[in-house]
Amino acid sequence: MARADTALYNRASQVVLVRDGERTVITMANDFQGDVEDFAVVIPVPTFIEREQINVADMALIDHLDAYTSPRLVEYHDADPCARYENRARADAGMALPSSREADGLRLSRGVVTVEASYTVGEYDISILSASESSGLVAWLEENGYRMPAGAEPVVRSYLRQDMRFFVAKVNLDEQARLGYARLRPLSVAYESRRFMLPIRLGTVNAQGKQELFVYTLTRSGRVETSNYRTVKLPSNSEVPEYVENEFADFYRAMFARQVEKQNDRAVFLEYAWDMAWCDPCAADPLSADELRRLGVFWIDAPAAGAARRPLAPQAQNVFVTRLHLRYDSDGFPEDLEFHETGDRTNFQGRYVIRHPYRGALRCDAGDYHAAVRKRQEREALALADLTGWDLADIRARIDFLGEDSDGADEPWWKKLWK
Amino acid sequence: MSAAANPEAAVAAFVEGMDTKRFMPDPRHYQIAVLSLLVAGGVLFLDIGIEPLGAAVIGIAALATQLLASRLAGLPRFDPLSAMVTALSLTLLLRTDVAALGALAAVLAIGSKFLLRIKGKHLFNPANVAIVSLLAVSDRAWVSTGQWGSATLSAFALACLGFLVLTKARRAETTLAFLLVHAGLLTGRALWLGDPLAIPLHQLQNGALLIFAFFMISDPKTTPDTAAGRLLYGAAVAGAAFVIRFAWYEPSAPLVALALCAPLVPVLDLLPGGDRYRWRRPGMQPENRPDNEESPDATTHENHHPAGDGRHHVRGRQHGSGLLRLLRGAR
Repeated sequence: MARADTALYNRASQVVLVRDGERTVITMANDFQGDVEDFAVVIPVPTFIEREQINVADMALIDHLDAYTSPRLVEYHDADPCARYENRARADAGMALPSSREADGLRLSRGVVTVEASYTVGEYDISILSASESSGLVAWLEENGYRMPAGAEPVVRSYLRQDMRFFVAKVNLDEQARLGYARLRPLSVAYESRRFMLPIRLGTVNAQGKQELFVYTLTRSGRVETSNYRTVKLPSNSEVPEYVENEFADFYRAMFARQVEKQNDRAVFLEYAWDMAWCDPCAADPLSADELRRLGVFWIDAPAAGAARRPLAPQAQNVFVTRLHLRYDSDGFPEDLEFHETGDRTNFQGRYVIRHPYRGALRCDAGDYHAAVRKRQEREALALADLTGWDLADIRARIDFLGEDSDGADEPWWKKLWK
Repeated sequence: MSAAANPEAAVAAFVEGMDTKRFMPDPRHYQIAVLSLLVAGGVLFLDIGIEPLGAAVIGIAALATQLLASRLAGLPRFDPLSAMVTALSLTLLLRTDVAALGALAAVLAIGSKFLLRIKGKHLFNPANVAIVSLLAVSDRAWVSTGQWGSATLSAFALACLGFLVLTKARRAETTLAFLLVHAGLLTGRALWLGDPLAIPLHQLQNGALLIFAFFMISDPKTTPDTAAGRLLYGAAVAGAAFVIRFAWYEPSAPLVALALCAPLVPVLDLLPGGDRYRWRRPGMQPENRPDNEESPDATTHENHHPAGDGRHHVRGRQHGSGLLRLLRGAR
């Protein structure tokens, strides 16, 4: 089985939102690949925060969550039609996908305020900022050698007037060298607010073109959707031609681009919604209770120390995961994302199916197996063209139609009649 | 027994409601047509999460409650139109994956119409009070406020269709006041924050908001009797919705605001000069009603038998009994 994880995208941001009631833990992954010396991130949060509310998370947790929730390609092999067996599903090993990431959308390399508290968390120097005037921020930034991007100040002012707070994180090079992390680790913030939202406007201020954002939510009762934008299910369960196996990444990118276009660049896409306790088929194992807790799922009890572990059957974790994917700029998404948790626990996954025909020698009169498969292959070609916008003639040319070269398959039925 | 022994009365009334000769004059026919169109569009093009089974359950529960309550209250005829409007509104706005909750919403909605009454008017918009109650008590019911999208064109189309309904119902003040004040507050907020106007525009181009404004708050049965009262009421709902939206961060703010503001209506009805709205068909003169008593739908049911067949009417009065009748007598 192949999966299309977030590594397919350059400039992709990943955010994990853990939420129950008003308690929220947000973890933001920066796949910043420039010189870390230049790295600085300004993070608006809907409420005042203190030092203990900020933490550094492990990128492996987000990678795991990404793998678990990725759109997936499953393969089925037709059995020998002459043998009386049911088709059996076979899941292949995961397919490696190219990985290259650059700066992400939440990063605002410059910006901000009056420092209220400063300290070091992991490899980051964190400054919690408090200001009533956005012009003060600009002054502070300029004094500290930052250049404010045009257009950021009004957004900062708007956030300040909405009683939002900011903190800024810079990489502490000494700490980073000491800790030995090559890749910047994600930052987590725990806070309590009625607002279930994700600020994206700072990211659109000086962005070059559209940005890719993945939001994973971990909640108790059900699927999460945006309350101020349409949340649309990505087309799923389509049967696609066999050759997509070798270019699943291209397929997924083309399909996503086409769906974005179909929704006029204004929709958020649902790629996965599932109870964290299981999966079928699994693109990766569900996250363990420990991993979930480290991501901030506070309603999971910490494992009792020592021998108190109870030998339990696979336990319901009471965690529902939603994966949302959007491509945004300030035209399609003028305001910040607002979410709400629904009661919907219906499972959904981006799943695409390849059915390999049986290509072995037929030792019996398999009837219209060849014709049926070719019909299916034609359907798959149409489905692929519809999903991706790829040229139908190109698709057809690349499909290895069953029995195309063998004689007889296309012959009228009566030719064999009196032979 | 009364109407229970005469199902043909209910059938006759239903068929009459569908009478093609008089199909268009009752504004509820427009409402039902437009709401049905929205449901169809939502299912076919928008994937807004309407389950056919859930929709059927809501419709059946609403009609059954209406039928039962009409008989308990001793109404002379079963009028399915308002129940259908309520069922369609619930189908459009309420989301749940538990069919029983959909049925409960329908029962609450229609029941509220019969039970929560002040001075002959039902206090709450039926669909509204049902949705807000369910939101408050269950996390298995929700409102998908964003699912109608924000395309300018569809917003415009919705507004036009809705306006058609409004002008037929001739009670546009509530909607206009609500939309104007709502738009004003959103724009004012954006100006104060220094936000681009694309933000309030995006917030206004919300399909769910327009459905609310044109098909729920406009309900002539639950808005004040005077034009001034309706203007004040629409403005009050908009103000409350603004506070709920930006102080409590409740996405379904207009729905909650409408439920909270509903008790204002009897107060606003103290304003002089009002006339009680009835689902009257144009061109027909109402008969004199000695007791000035209204049905929960306040349908001018005497109009429905222009040939003078008052049979159902009389039977209803004589035999209608039960709790609801007692409640009405106590008014």
